[in-house]
Amino acid sequence: MSNDMNIPDGIAVGLSTPKLENREKVTGRAEYIDDLSRPGMLYAAILGSPYPHARILSYDVSAALAAPGVVGVVTGKDVPDGRMGAFIKDEHALAKDKVRYVGEPVAAIAAETLAEARAAVNLIEVEYEELPAVLSPEEGLAKDAPILHEELESYIKVFDAGSTGNLCSRTELSEGDVDKAWADCAIVVEDEFVTEPQAHVSIEPCGALAEIDAQGRVTLWSANQSVFRVQANVCESLALPMSRLRSLTPRVGAGFGNKMEPHIQPLTVALAIKTGRPVKCILTREEDFEIVRARHPFKIRMKTGADANGKLIARECEVLLDCGAFADDSPGVLGYALLMSGGPYRIPNQRATGKLVYTNKLRFGAYRGFGNPQVTFAGEQQIDEIARRLGIQPIEMRRRNLLKQGDGWFVGPKIASNGLERCLDAVAAASGKPKASQDRIKRGRGLAITAHISGLLGTGAIVRMLEDGTISLNTGATDIGQGSDTVLAQICAETLKVPVDMVSVASPDTDGSPYNWGTTASRVTYTTGRAVAGAAREVVNQLFQHAAEMLEVPIEDLELREGGRVALRGSNEDLPFAAISGRAHWAKGGPIVGSHTLVFDEPTHDPKRAIALGLPFPQIGVFSFGATLVDVEVDQVTGQTRVAEAWSAIDVGRAINPRLVDVQTEGGFVQGMGFALYEAMVWDGARLANPSLLDYKIPTSADSPHIHSIIIEDPEPTGPFGAKGAGEISLNAIPAAIANAVNTVCPGLSHALPLTGERVLERIEESDNAA
Amino acid sequence: MSDKQVISLSINGVTGEVFAPSDSTLLDVLRDDLGLHAAKRGCNQGVCGACTVMIDGVPMRSCLTMAGACEDHEVKTLEGYIQDPLMNSLQEAMIASGGVQCGFCTSGVLITARNLIEEKPDAAAEEMRTALSGNLCRCTGYVRIVEAIAKAAKEVVV
Repeated sequence: MSNDMNIPDGIAVGLSTPKLENREKVTGRAEYIDDLSRPGMLYAAILGSPYPHARILSYDVSAALAAPGVVGVVTGKDVPDGRMGAFIKDEHALAKDKVRYVGEPVAAIAAETLAEARAAVNLIEVEYEELPAVLSPEEGLAKDAPILHEELESYIKVFDAGSTGNLCSRTELSEGDVDKAWADCAIVVEDEFVTEPQAHVSIEPCGALAEIDAQGRVTLWSANQSVFRVQANVCESLALPMSRLRSLTPRVGAGFGNKMEPHIQPLTVALAIKTGRPVKCILTREEDFEIVRARHPFKIRMKTGADANGKLIARECEVLLDCGAFADDSPGVLGYALLMSGGPYRIPNQRATGKLVYTNKLRFGAYRGFGNPQVTFAGEQQIDEIARRLGIQPIEMRRRNLLKQGDGWFVGPKIASNGLERCLDAVAAASGKPKASQDRIKRGRGLAITAHISGLLGTGAIVRMLEDGTISLNTGATDIGQGSDTVLAQICAETLKVPVDMVSVASPDTDGSPYNWGTTASRVTYTTGRAVAGAAREVVNQLFQHAAEMLEVPIEDLELREGGRVALRGSNEDLPFAAISGRAHWAKGGPIVGSHTLVFDEPTHDPKRAIALGLPFPQIGVFSFGATLVDVEVDQVTGQTRVAEAWSAIDVGRAINPRLVDVQTEGGFVQGMGFALYEAMVWDGARLANPSLLDYKIPTSADSPHIHSIIIEDPEPTGPFGAKGAGEISLNAIPAAIANAVNTVCPGLSHALPLTGERVLERIEESDNAA
Repeated sequence: MSDKQVISLSINGVTGEVFAPSDSTLLDVLRDDLGLHAAKRGCNQGVCGACTVMIDGVPMRSCLTMAGACEDHEVKTLEGYIQDPLMNSLQEAMIASGGVQCGFCTSGVLITARNLIEEKPDAAAEEMRTALSGNLCRCTGYVRIVEAIAKAAKEVVV
């Protein structure tokens, strides 16, 4: 639902065009990684480490190689000493010399059938020397702690990480004078919060298929969020020149962050190289839980102060993050969480510091929200708490402190478009009066607001006009189901004033697509959209050049006419794209190709205003905003909490495809609700205790409420047609809003996620006892 | 590993034989032996519902069903509904509503939803949510799937 009638819809932008690939998905014909096969293809199985921390002394693969159907085995001895990693290059293709978590791939086997591969994998014998393990960040920082990465200080790092011992990275940001500011506060609240790891649970488990050709060049298909990150990671870890590997994508069964950086692509390629045959490796659901990545558990100490009128004066946030065994995206998550820890408020004095510590667990990494949901969970509860103590309504408390257009975000970036206040107004207006509580079922209402960036790094687009005047768009952006192919086609079509069905979208291919960092960081609509609009504008320029020559008129007198024509302004005279493209192909000028590339280059940090140490993203993005209001029902007997109804408004600048924005809002809500109410990966010592969907519950249709999605459009000047990202803003505020709702029914704050029945019941009982 | 055996199956109205390991599940045979890829393997434990197919007119988890146990039973997968008017309207409703995101759960959702509409075309939204609760979707938040089922069901009632 869009509440903004001021922006007219175009020929493509602003229309809820169904996704381009929907028909193949509803007929079961879409091909995902496990639907692909190649002649002579082998099947892989993985041997995982039984220990959280151990030195590998020797391998004996003879029995496995002698088993029926087995064609090849790879171990750490078979892969070069190449290390990959987005921020710190600390990870091999598979364990080499040491294992660092239970389940870490130690060896992999390729056989004629999957059953043969699985039967033989346990015949691989590995001799270990067990080492003491680090199972928490506190243990990791202790004096004399066992060290996970002895060579950490020599690893390649892409920013000033400050790594030492088990400290993977640290970040410190500050602005104003926090220490002095507390004295000016009429009220100060300080609390500790913890959150648990959340699993991504894309319904499609991770997988890859690799083959090597006669020239020794590798072709790799995989479930991914970036064919280019796959290429970089495989080539770094296997010491291959990037030109020797072609990375492609089938349809992807969702990502949420877990398919952005590598999973088992490097070891699948290693098997294909070793055997000379195509090899497919598809993770089981259990492996997908155990060896890919998950959302970071956070420990947060937060302190917030305001004056007697509720005006915020200072905030301090200190976080401790469990990194798991490899850095992956963790340094980015730490830095980003700190950058977002003040929330979308004017707070003149802020300090945010954090540490990221290696532990002998699965790597934690990128997950929709990227550290923002955790700090928002803490910060938004404190905003409510200050409001409660000062007798101010939560919504009014926020209104008094909102960041406005032209303000600077914490440490630097200026806010251009800002529909935050309209988001707040919209959810308040739409939600109406809350329903009354019953004896057993108490109802509570909670509000939370948030901001998120879209931007980051490099991207490109190539728009080609075909001989008949139709258009081929190639961006290298993997559509993981959210609809970026459709949205980018709409941006392309709108720029050329043609219906979207005149545009075809090429599947990402490192051989033919321009670079695209990835489908991550809420960036494709904004960042890649900019490249698409730029490339399409280049096509328009070329069309106009041709048309001016063909019609013998000045370029300035030409305009695009809807449906694929270049016209002489104010006349009936025009040329169809086909005529122009035909001329370009066969007679004059050469085929029409527009291309545009960019890297987001606005600085994150303004050194005149703020201090930043260990900032992982020197150039980050523009800001989207959101507000969510929820009604929860808390069962006073069981402590069970359910969301009865929810309203989420997000400012996406311009909804290129409103329906796809709605679905982001709704899907992000439910994923955030799972994180808030029941999802938690639980470790029993060093071993993940619940790596299955029987033991790890995600929300079903019966658990999920009706969600009212509201789109706010405050156009972003640099965005394509004013658009900003929608992917993560939809999730960030959900745990906070639910916690704030529960807090109106149970005394105190929600200090830990998830808000299980057990935790909530404990609070109800405490308050009963106190009464 | 198990010995192979001949299993006689009737799938989407076609009867034939496959030669497959005796411990093959119906999902194994559909995907690996017959190339019917609409049913997906999401958890292989009967939880996610992505592998849902119809067996004798009842939605079942093909990952929990032994292929050998399907002899003398009628199996129908999404591929078998290509000319089914009710399935076609449900498919169109899913396309239009935005109920399709990554698509990995979609085949299972369609099988379950079609069965619900057939059994109870006037189901309320809450009943739809209950019926669908064995088909996990991580993308949509379910709102648009429920909307699509309601839309298709309405066409049937009318």
